[in-house]
Amino acid sequence: MRIKRETVLSIALITPSIIAIAIFVYGFIGWTARVSLSKWKGLLPDYTWAGLENYKGLFSDPRFHIDIRNTLIFTIIFVLGSLFIGLTLAVLLDMNIKGEGFFRSVYLFPMAISFIVTGVVWRWLMNPAMGSRLSGLNLLFTNLGLDFLVNKWYTTPQWGIAFIAIPAIWQMSGYTMALYLGGLRAIPIQLREAAQVDGANEWQIFKLIIFPLLRPITLSAMIILGHISLKVFDLILAVAGKQLPLDVPAIYMWQSTFDGYFFGRGAAIGILLLLSVAVLIIPYLVYTLRTEEEL
Amino acid sequence: MIKKRSSKWLIYIPLVLMSIFYLLPMYIMLITGFKGFDEISLKTMWTLPKGIRFDNFIEAYKALAPFMWNSLNMVFPAAIISSILGSMNGYILAKWRFKGSNIIFPLILFGMFIPYQSILIPLVEFMKDINMYGGLPGLVLAHVIYGIPITTLTFRNYYANIPTELIEASRIDGCGLLTSYWNILLPISAPAFVVVIIWQFTSAWNDFLFAVVLTNPQSWPITVALNNMAGSQIIAWNVQMAGSFLAALPTLIIYIFLGRYFLRGLMAGALKG
Repeated sequence: MRIKRETVLSIALITPSIIAIAIFVYGFIGWTARVSLSKWKGLLPDYTWAGLENYKGLFSDPRFHIDIRNTLIFTIIFVLGSLFIGLTLAVLLDMNIKGEGFFRSVYLFPMAISFIVTGVVWRWLMNPAMGSRLSGLNLLFTNLGLDFLVNKWYTTPQWGIAFIAIPAIWQMSGYTMALYLGGLRAIPIQLREAAQVDGANEWQIFKLIIFPLLRPITLSAMIILGHISLKVFDLILAVAGKQLPLDVPAIYMWQSTFDGYFFGRGAAIGILLLLSVAVLIIPYLVYTLRTEEEL
Repeated sequence: MIKKRSSKWLIYIPLVLMSIFYLLPMYIMLITGFKGFDEISLKTMWTLPKGIRFDNFIEAYKALAPFMWNSLNMVFPAAIISSILGSMNGYILAKWRFKGSNIIFPLILFGMFIPYQSILIPLVEFMKDINMYGGLPGLVLAHVIYGIPITTLTFRNYYANIPTELIEASRIDGCGLLTSYWNILLPISAPAFVVVIIWQFTSAWNDFLFAVVLTNPQSWPITVALNNMAGSQIIAWNVQMAGSFLAALPTLIIYIFLGRYFLRGLMAGALKG
C-alpha cells in the first residue's frame, strides 16, 4: 500500500515540470509547426491553411540561400577552429607544466561572458575603417609592423561571415579545451607507459593511442558546437547589427516575425532550424543515455 | 636531459600567445574604461591611460543602472526556482524510477538543445494570453521553464552517485519519499545547488533572445540595453566599452571566485556527470 502511495507521490512531484515541458517545448513546437503551415501575415493571428507554401517560399528565397551559405561557412570555421585550438591547448596543458591552473582559467573565462558583451568589444577590435580612421586590431597590426594582416574583417565582401567566427572561437575554444582536457586525464597513464616501453615516440603515442581514444570527445564537441552555431544570433547582432551579407536563419526568423509580421515564414524558419538541430542532437542523446545505462 | 628541458620551455610560447588572444578584449575594455574623456581617440586606442579615471564607468553606469537592476531582479528568482524544480525532478528520476521515466528523461533533456526560434512565436502569444508579456515575471517564467532540463540533468547525475542504500535505510526507519528527500538528500545537496544556481544565474544574466522578445524597454535586462547602446550613434565607443565591462562584471566575479563550480555546470551541459 505504502509503495503505491509513494509512486503516486513521486509522479505528482515531477508532474509540474513534465506539464511545463510538455506545453512550453512540445506544445509550442506543434503550435509553431501549425503557424508555419498558415497564411499568418500581420499583427492578428490568421490560421488559414497554406500547406507548405512558406517552406517553398523559403527554398526559392535568395535571402534564405545566403543564410544557408553563411551558416555553413560559419559552422565550418567555428567548429574546426574551436576543435583545433581546444585540442592543441589541452595537449599542451596536459604536459605537466607550471601554471596550468592559471592558463586554464584564462582560456575558459570567455564562457562566463554573454555573446552581447563579446560582440560589442569585438565590434571595436574588428573595426573595418581604413586609412586615417584605422583602429582596433588593424591599428595594432600597423603599429607592430604587420601591415599585411590589416583587413576589412566582417565587411569583407562574400566572406564577412567567416570573421564573425573569430569572436565565437574566442568564446567557445576554452570550453572545447576543457572537454579535451577531461578526456586526456581519463586516459590511464599505463597505456602511455606501455607504448613508451614498446619504443613508440611521442607522435606515435598521440597518433595511435591518444587521438583514437579522444574520438568520442571530438564527436560530442562537434555536436555541441555545431548546434550552437546553427542557433547563432546575438553575437552577429552585437558585432554588426542586421546586415544582409551577414544574415543567418535565426536573424531572418527574427526579422520576418517581429519586424515584418510574416509569422508564417518566421515559424517555417524556426521549424527548419529545429529539424537541423534535431538531426544532430537526437542521435547524440540516444547514444549518450544508452552508454550511460550500460555502465 | 638538457635537450628535454629546453624543448619543454617552448611549450610556453603557444600558451602565452593564446593567453594574449583571450585577454585582449578584456585589456581593451579596461584601458579604455579607465581613460579620461580627453584621452579618448580611436587613434590612441592601444595606449595606456595616463591615470585612473572613472568618467567612462560613471557615464556607462548612469545609462545602464536601471537595466542592471532589472537583470538582478530577474536572475535570482529564475535561478532559485528552476534549481528547486531540478532538484525534485533529479531526485525522482535518480531514486524513484517509475514506469516511463526512461522515456521522460530524454524528452525533458531535448528541451535544452532546441533552437528557441522554434518556440518563440507561441511563447510571445502565450505570455500575452496570460498577461505576463512585457514585464520581468514573464521573463523569469521563461528562464525557469527552459532551465528545467539542465537543472534536472545536473541533479539527477548528482543524486545517482549517492548510494541508494542511504534512502533504503531511511525508509526502514520510517521515512517516506518526502522525508527521505528532506532528511537525507537535501542536507548533502549543497554542492549541486551551487553548481546549478551559478549556471542558471550566468545563463539568465547573459540571455538576450528571451529578453528582447518578452520585455518592454523599461523592463529590459542589461544585455538588451547594452546591445541597444552599442547600436546607437549617440553613445561613444569608450562608454560602450565601460558598459560592456559592467555587464560582464557579475558573471566574471562568479567565475573568478566560484570557477570550479562553474566548470562543473559546463560539463553537465555536455551530458558528462
